[in-house]
Amino acid sequence: MTYEVPEIPGEQTEDPTGHYEEHGWPLWEVFVRPKRGLNHSHAGSLHAPDAEAAVQNARDAYTRRAEGISVWVVPSTAIYASDDSEAMFEPFEDRPYRHPTFYDIPEEVGQM
Amino acid sequence: MTITGEDRFLETIAADDKVEPRDWMPDGYRKTLIRQIAQHAHSEIIGMQPEGNWITRAPTLMRKIILMAKVQDEAGHGLYLYSAAETLGVSRDELQHLLHTGKQKYSSIFNYPTLSWADIGAIGWLVDGAAIVNQIALQSTSYGPYARAMVRICKEESFHARQGYSILLALSRGSEAQRAMMQDAIDRWWWPSLMMFGPPDAESTHTEQSMKWKIKRVTNDELRQQFVDQTVPQGQHLGVTFPDPDLTYDEGTGHWMIGDIDWDEFWAVVKGDGRLSRERIAAKVHAWEEGAWVREAATAYAEKVSLRRTA
Amino acid sequence: MTITAIAAPLLKYLVRLADDNLVLGQRLSEYIASAPEIEEDLAVANIGLDHIGVAQHLFSYAAEVEGEGRTEDDFAFWRTEREFTNALLVEQPHEGFGELIARQFLFDAYQLELWEALSRSSDERLAGIAAKALKEARYHLRHTSSWVVRLGDGTDESHRRMQDAIGAMWRFTGELFEADDLDRQMADEGVGVDPTTLHQAWTATVDEILAEATLHRPDDPYQASGGRSGMHSEHLGHLLAEMQWMQRTYPGLQW
Repeated sequence: MTYEVPEIPGEQTEDPTGHYEEHGWPLWEVFVRPKRGLNHSHAGSLHAPDAEAAVQNARDAYTRRAEGISVWVVPSTAIYASDDSEAMFEPFEDRPYRHPTFYDIPEEVGQM
Repeated sequence: MTITGEDRFLETIAADDKVEPRDWMPDGYRKTLIRQIAQHAHSEIIGMQPEGNWITRAPTLMRKIILMAKVQDEAGHGLYLYSAAETLGVSRDELQHLLHTGKQKYSSIFNYPTLSWADIGAIGWLVDGAAIVNQIALQSTSYGPYARAMVRICKEESFHARQGYSILLALSRGSEAQRAMMQDAIDRWWWPSLMMFGPPDAESTHTEQSMKWKIKRVTNDELRQQFVDQTVPQGQHLGVTFPDPDLTYDEGTGHWMIGDIDWDEFWAVVKGDGRLSRERIAAKVHAWEEGAWVREAATAYAEKVSLRRTA
Repeated sequence: MTITAIAAPLLKYLVRLADDNLVLGQRLSEYIASAPEIEEDLAVANIGLDHIGVAQHLFSYAAEVEGEGRTEDDFAFWRTEREFTNALLVEQPHEGFGELIARQFLFDAYQLELWEALSRSSDERLAGIAAKALKEARYHLRHTSSWVVRLGDGTDESHRRMQDAIGAMWRFTGELFEADDLDRQMADEGVGVDPTTLHQAWTATVDEILAEATLHRPDDPYQASGGRSGMHSEHLGHLLAEMQWMQRTYPGLQW
């Protein structure tokens, strides 16, 4: 695989622990509005020391091919995410009556 | 019967759905992904060096701008990939630390030197060409953030191989010296690009499990063959000779068959004895250490500002 | 070389503007893969791309004005040190990020005023190039100003380094606001701007940012000069040797 480096037999590799002492800049989530009339949507993340730097970095990293006309940056730690998708979202899968296709309308009634 | 995280994980994989950061996943899956994404990210970042070596000497302003934009893209791709790895619970800081201390690796291809302008063409055409074959396959990898990074990267990289080929096209239409420069570059970059796909499937230790988990969707040998088949005719158009006397077209299978790859060279470079293995890491560590005061200052300033705000 | 009397000053003026951008772009291109973080590598590359892009536009226009069939690359790769007319500031090397930001900040603040004025040039083509470059310069200044402030008001070490970096670049700023006959002629014709008129606004910008950064304005009375007439520091020759090497080694080829 192109960027996968095979292990050498007997090699002592070290996996990251996830408990490395942090010195780096915090992580930010970047949202880009591609053009007027569209929502900002999640483009990715980056590191920056402060909000102004994060906005500038977002511009340079995520819009350098003119992908956007506005960016939002949010500290990743400020994202509160849902968990347990089974309990939270699956119940909604069983409500066909919320969708227009649930209802049969005679053809002669026309578009509705 | 309760459905466990593992059941749901296996279901997701079986259904060709994406695994997302907060899902339960086996330790081995997480580890394999971190390792692979980190190596991929490191490769993008170290990969800036061999091409960066020619930005200041590019022969025309247009070539200079294109190369600069391309190397800049590689920084961006490193950034996207580190971000994908970070969704697995490791920090970019830690991954960079492991790179700097030699505990994580990057693709061996970047340990070869760029000795002429033609090397920039050869890297674009062959190295990026090989990367694209691999990355297109990875767009359907089972881990969501990695797959999304690949989609973005593939979209951006579509110009990279073309710019390399266009450099070589100009050389092929040029003087004797330019054609010699091109041939020399192909002689040096052809075999290392084939090695980029990794050892043969039979010897590839992780392939089987990675295929099961759908991290990897196509095997090393299949990808290598795909690359050879698409690249050889392009080389013929340039009028270059591939440095492989055994390269032949098999009418029966419709494939180009290559000679034996020198796996000893491959393993030597993987073990750290590439031409520029030490220099590449030294340059990376140097830049990182030189930047320490800047990173610290920015952090200190941000703290000051937030204190002033709350005061 | 035969150039009409009217075209000659404009040609010289365009080349002078282009040289600043090319030389600074070349300096920034040296920095790739050296930034303190990946994000800043992307930022510096973008600024460099902007400068070289402006140089391309200006050289192409200069070549048209001259009408001798020269290209942007002929201007970039086939003139010697003494023929380059960039300001001394942009050819100064950077030892690290501090100098790079100091040089860029002081120059951005100048270019902001310059492009603003030139976007009103009576020469429509130049006005168009300036209007585009003005937008770029605004962003460059925003980026470098925020770094001057972060580094000036960051740690004791960064404060000292940033003060030193501003000090090292300061003596090359005076030249940006010197007017010679060409500047005055171009200003009189409504094509160009008299650089002396840009100094006040530049000083205001620089003072404001330095104050916010808790840095003081250097009081070095010595100001170097000569770039506009081809009297450079020793650094430019090396920069050109590297930049022009391919064209000079393989003359007359297509790349």
